Amino acid sequence: AVLSFSVGLSAKSQRSQNPLSNIVRKNHSWKQVEILDAKTREKLCFLDKVEPQATIAEIKNLFTKTHPQWYPARQSLRLDPKGKSLKDEDVLQKLPVGTTATLYFRDLGAQISWVTVFLTEYAGPLFIYLLFYFRVPFIYGHKYDFTSSRHTVVHLACICHSFHYIKRLLETLFVHRFSHGTMPLRNIFKNCTYYWGFAAWMAYYINHPLYTPPTYGAQQVKLALAIFVICQLGNFSIHMALRDLRPAGSKTRKIPYPTKNPFTWLFLLVSCPNYTYEVGSWIGFAIMTQCLPVALFSLVGFTQMTIWAKGKHRSYLKEFRDYPPLRMPIIPFLL
Amino acid sequence: MAAAAATAASKGNGGGGGRAGAGEASSSRKKKGPGPLATAYLVIYNVVMTAGWLVIAVGLVRAYLAKGSYHSLYYSIEKPLKFFQTGALLEILHCAIGIVPSSVVLTSFQVMSRVFLIWAVTHSVKESGHISLKKEKVKNRLQTPLKTWKLERQTTVCQMAELKVQSEDSVLLFVIAWTITEIIRYSFYTFSLLNHLPYLIKWARYTLFIVLYPMGVSGELLTIYAALPFVRQAGLYSISLPNKYNFSFDYYAFLILIMISYIPIFPQLYFHMIHQRRKILSHTEEHKKFE
Repeated sequence: AVLSFSVGLSAKSQRSQNPLSNIVRKNHSWKQVEILDAKTREKLCFLDKVEPQATIAEIKNLFTKTHPQWYPARQSLRLDPKGKSLKDEDVLQKLPVGTTATLYFRDLGAQISWVTVFLTEYAGPLFIYLLFYFRVPFIYGHKYDFTSSRHTVVHLACICHSFHYIKRLLETLFVHRFSHGTMPLRNIFKNCTYYWGFAAWMAYYINHPLYTPPTYGAQQVKLALAIFVICQLGNFSIHMALRDLRPAGSKTRKIPYPTKNPFTWLFLLVSCPNYTYEVGSWIGFAIMTQCLPVALFSLVGFTQMTIWAKGKHRSYLKEFRDYPPLRMPIIPFLL
Repeated sequence: MAAAAATAASKGNGGGGGRAGAGEASSSRKKKGPGPLATAYLVIYNVVMTAGWLVIAVGLVRAYLAKGSYHSLYYSIEKPLKFFQTGALLEILHCAIGIVPSSVVLTSFQVMSRVFLIWAVTHSVKESGHISLKKEKVKNRLQTPLKTWKLERQTTVCQMAELKVQSEDSVLLFVIAWTITEIIRYSFYTFSLLNHLPYLIKWARYTLFIVLYPMGVSGELLTIYAALPFVRQAGLYSISLPNKYNFSFDYYAFLILIMISYIPIFPQLYFHMIHQRRKILSHTEEHKKFE
């Protein structure tokens, strides 16, 4: 659909090139759009002669022209001041509005792209952990500067932790397909504090000169490593399966189903197996290092992911009538 | 902070443990109140709490009159103080099950900070019979017929010190602040639930905090500060490396962090309450005009 202002010419139009005949034509059902501030009801913008096939995305672009500080990503347009935000793909004609559509605007605040946030929040732990691993000065006593731990498990833990975050970075760049482009700017500070803070806290103890290796020795480490590797593979398999659900650039939503990959068979029991595998990885890492801060990080992460999984499960149930009833949000049969 | 938070105004007539929450309805009561059974329970709860804090208040007065001094009054009301302040944990439950329209997070924060101060600081920091050695300089003047001599010698003084905070005056400071605040607050809720709130109680709740809040905060901070030497010396609640779970915790550093956290939190809560006061007391004035 193409938008035209009152003095513009529609490119799709097959009318004659004579501007006068455009104005004379009565059949064409132009719409008008007025945009009001959701809080103050102040009239912010009036768009004349808007194509009925116009999408919200296009209206947002027009709005930005009159108010450049509000780029489209930070606009929330809605039919009701307290209602839900309209989607970018929504078409003006299909909305319950008359000839003049009244849209309410809310500023979502400064936005930052999801990709940027993910890259920053994952690069931090990767780098920070290594600072502790190499015992960079001013962390432990000076006699330990640049020394290396004598425990194998400490080296193994470094490899696992680094692998985990490198995997996350690569997935952000090449695998994930994001439904939203941006999130509020303040999230990056909140998220980075969480990831970087916990990474520093656990790295401090694991790489400490007084670190105590696991009670059950090599057996415990081997078991934990197996859990970790299986869950990493599982998590990656789910990410690939979710990616394949949605073609590039589209925003279609489908029910995920198990594929030939055995790791995806967890979809039979759980809506968000990626979170299930993620918790599993961290439990494995906690057993491997026998470090209480790792266990606490796993617990906090589990709590957050359970909230997300329940939300996703709920929206699947709302959107798809035929959603498999056996599935639980995150833990098979339990949660 | 614990004092402030508990005196924090709730918008309009909150039920039992209602406290100022970001998500609370305005005075024009958009939410319907709790059912009749819940209301009855909450009335009983609030009456019991009002009575409890009155017991503490009376206990303080009687002990003061009996002793003739305001030092170490804590011991005379230690048990009811612990009982009724810890009982306030129920208010978190009230919010969680929805019979009180306040935020669970905010209420938890407020009650936990009170309970922390009572148990993890005041109750825990006690140890008597500690011996400390101090070097003292003693100055003397010696008068002889022709000259006045200035003498100085150094002696080592042996002191039996009692490292505990319970006899500190700062404890009395926050106990008094809390006692007055809680008596007013719980009677406020009682009357609100019975839809018969005297203006005096409302006024008191939204005005006395101006003095009581800083008073309580000062008492709390001074008490934590007084506890520090003992915590450092005894290694209270602290664990150090190496250990099986590869974890360490320094309670001394933790207490210092708590003290620092008062700096951003106290002004926010205080000015929020001042804002609330303006809103609610001026709102009442307008209502009175129309009567």
